[in-house]
Amino acid sequence: MGASTKDVLRLATIGSVDDGKSTLIGRLLVDTRQLFDDQLDAVAAASERRGVGDLDLSFVTDGLRAEREQGITIDVAYRYAATPTRKFIIADCPGHVQYTRNMATGASTADLALAVVDVAAGLKEQTRRHLCIAALLGVRNLVVAVNKMDRVEWSQSAFRTVADQVAVVSAELGFASCEVIPVSALLGDNVVDRSDASRWYSGPSVLEVLESTRAGDLTITAQGARLPVQWVLRQNGGGRTYAGMVNGGTFHVGDAVTLLPAGIETTISAIHLGGVSRADAYAGLSADIDLAAETDAGRGDMIAASPLPTVTKEFDATVCWFGEKPMEPGQRFRLKHTTRSTPARIIQLDGLIEIENLGVESVERLSINQIGLVKIGCADALVVDEYQVNRATGSFVLVDEVTNATVAAGMIGRPSFL
Amino acid sequence: MVPMASSPPLTNHLDILESHAIFILREVAAEGERPVLLFSGGKDSAVLLHLAAKAFAPQQLPFPIMHVDTGQNFEEVLRYRDWAAEHYGARLLIASVQESIDQGRVADPGQLGSRNRLQSVTLLDAITANKFDAAFGGARRDEDKARAKERILSFRDSFGQWDPKAQRPELWNLYQGRVNAGEHLRAFPLSDWTELDIWQYIEREQMELPSIYFAHERQVILRDGMWLAVGPFVEPQPHESVETKVVRFRTVGDANCTGAVLSNAASLSEIVAEVSVANVSERGATRGDDKFSETAMEDRKREGYF
Ligand SMILES: Nc1nc2c(ncn2[C@@H]2O[C@H](COP(=O)(O)OP(=O)(O)OP(=O)(O)O)[C@@H](O)[C@H]2O)c(=O)[nH]1
Ligand SMILES: [Mg+2]
Repeated sequence: MGASTKDVLRLATIGSVDDGKSTLIGRLLVDTRQLFDDQLDAVAAASERRGVGDLDLSFVTDGLRAEREQGITIDVAYRYAATPTRKFIIADCPGHVQYTRNMATGASTADLALAVVDVAAGLKEQTRRHLCIAALLGVRNLVVAVNKMDRVEWSQSAFRTVADQVAVVSAELGFASCEVIPVSALLGDNVVDRSDASRWYSGPSVLEVLESTRAGDLTITAQGARLPVQWVLRQNGGGRTYAGMVNGGTFHVGDAVTLLPAGIETTISAIHLGGVSRADAYAGLSADIDLAAETDAGRGDMIAASPLPTVTKEFDATVCWFGEKPMEPGQRFRLKHTTRSTPARIIQLDGLIEIENLGVESVERLSINQIGLVKIGCADALVVDEYQVNRATGSFVLVDEVTNATVAAGMIGRPSFL
Repeated sequence: MVPMASSPPLTNHLDILESHAIFILREVAAEGERPVLLFSGGKDSAVLLHLAAKAFAPQQLPFPIMHVDTGQNFEEVLRYRDWAAEHYGARLLIASVQESIDQGRVADPGQLGSRNRLQSVTLLDAITANKFDAAFGGARRDEDKARAKERILSFRDSFGQWDPKAQRPELWNLYQGRVNAGEHLRAFPLSDWTELDIWQYIEREQMELPSIYFAHERQVILRDGMWLAVGPFVEPQPHESVETKVVRFRTVGDANCTGAVLSNAASLSEIVAEVSVANVSERGATRGDDKFSETAMEDRKREGYF
């Protein structure tokens, strides 16, 4: 056990309010015995005191006082589960439209979206919004739990109706995989074990999909290795080492690389981590890189292997707007992209994405929780890739210059489903 | 279009957690003006300090470390604290709860009362006095249901308060830590680590820890369902019987409210084996301070606790 190594799967629950996301995660954790006895006792005690039955499974993740009082998830809860070969990082997201920014927070790092749909309600606008945001954020794998099957007496036709709607939307949004499962989160059918209640269903349980999916691999779509410089380490002998997290590919000692935006061509002379030398550095590794050429690179610069990213001050982007005040063309923000921050301006608003039909509607301004297509201009040049190619070098946030609030999630380029 | 993986990704969970934590440490150190690393001498802050040393090697740490000292510590932990500061070449600051009491900033709970909650005042005073704009903490989301809700970069207003209903969005790895004067951030690089991850990492890195984490004989009393170590901060009451047991500590807090667990795990590999089959959570087994209310941690955090 001690030396065991696991891979990591990050998943986020998505879907409309009250469709059963938290209940499903609670059920999954309870039935796989991932909760400690005292935690289970505390959930039972809290359920009794609030008069919501013996065990309100949503209390496993709904841990804030206000959440339990109101019976609603307000912000993402992170929970962890493990099998001998896999560590799960579970983000249980809120469904209410008011907390869309929190859902985006949970989904932005997910490899897989676990969408929950109440079978009786079908796909609501909010479910579509979440599916759309998950797709925009580059989550490529979708598992859909068609929930509350107990309420419709496990009607196969009710399930099929929702499954068909899901299939259409999933195809439109371009998910790479989509598994649809009839479940009762409340009673546990098809969550961990396959249920006798659904003899007409021969597919896997939710847990079976999560254990076997290769979603983690699919998230990596990039072509060329990059290292946005976070910090310059001074070596004892006087040399300089560039520290940061690798993304997009693997660097090897001896690789030809370009330092951007300066455009200096050089090679990697050494790689280390924590003072220990290594031959290579994979995506996801925090590494220290020595370059053969003497350079004056600093935080915000990027070391890149070919195919090289683009150096630009202007680009098209897709933004999820979270600001209380609407966004209008001409407004100024501080933009953070990789390790570089720059003043930036919305040059143009090309429209917003209509959630219902994925069309583009032209508008004057973007309101909270809307998704807009914009052109952005920056004071300093950025080193960028398209978001669809590289999540790390294709993403940015916009920050209000006065309050420092994060007001938008931005993705360079336009979504493929438009 | 199904994209192909262009290279083997990082697949070992400890490597992934380590790299992510180092990334956060560097990011906050680079963007903050005056960061500090909160160091209690417990296993989580030990891992945090170890990671910080890795993140900036071969340079010195670009920030000091600070212990919020309640004056009710285990002797072994204080010794470890001083050893670790020396070993990692860190500048150690001590913020003393006793001083806060002496200055009348907080009421004295008495020799035997818990000083746990008082720490928030001492911590916030020290943050203000030193003009720290970011404080790294070793808190993990698996410890408590309120912590499970907290961002990796957690914003605190000018009163040091956490508002769980108005957290900043935190997208991708784009940690956005700008604050105005008087406000500050808490940064939690170990957010996604579980207790088992911590022990597996300590074992992998062969780190030193305070001896009280390993099984040893100790005089204990059973109080409120917890084994408390008899010592200067825990005096047996007449009805309590002192027993000698083989115990270890799963967490390190104040000596008067941190329970020991009965355990024979005397080595890192034995602890890893024990933790991986535990039925009771770390806080449930050992922390008296959380037993009283459903939202004890949330309430403390709102006031500025770690
Ligand atoms: N009958 C039945 N009720 C369910 C099922 N799953 C969830 N519920 C109930 O649906 C209600 C909402 O469940 P939650 O798990 O809180 O829903 P949620 O999707 O997490 O809601 P938000 O996080 O607020 O968006 C609760 O009353 C649950 O008990 C199910 O399978 N069957
Ligand atoms: Mg919920």
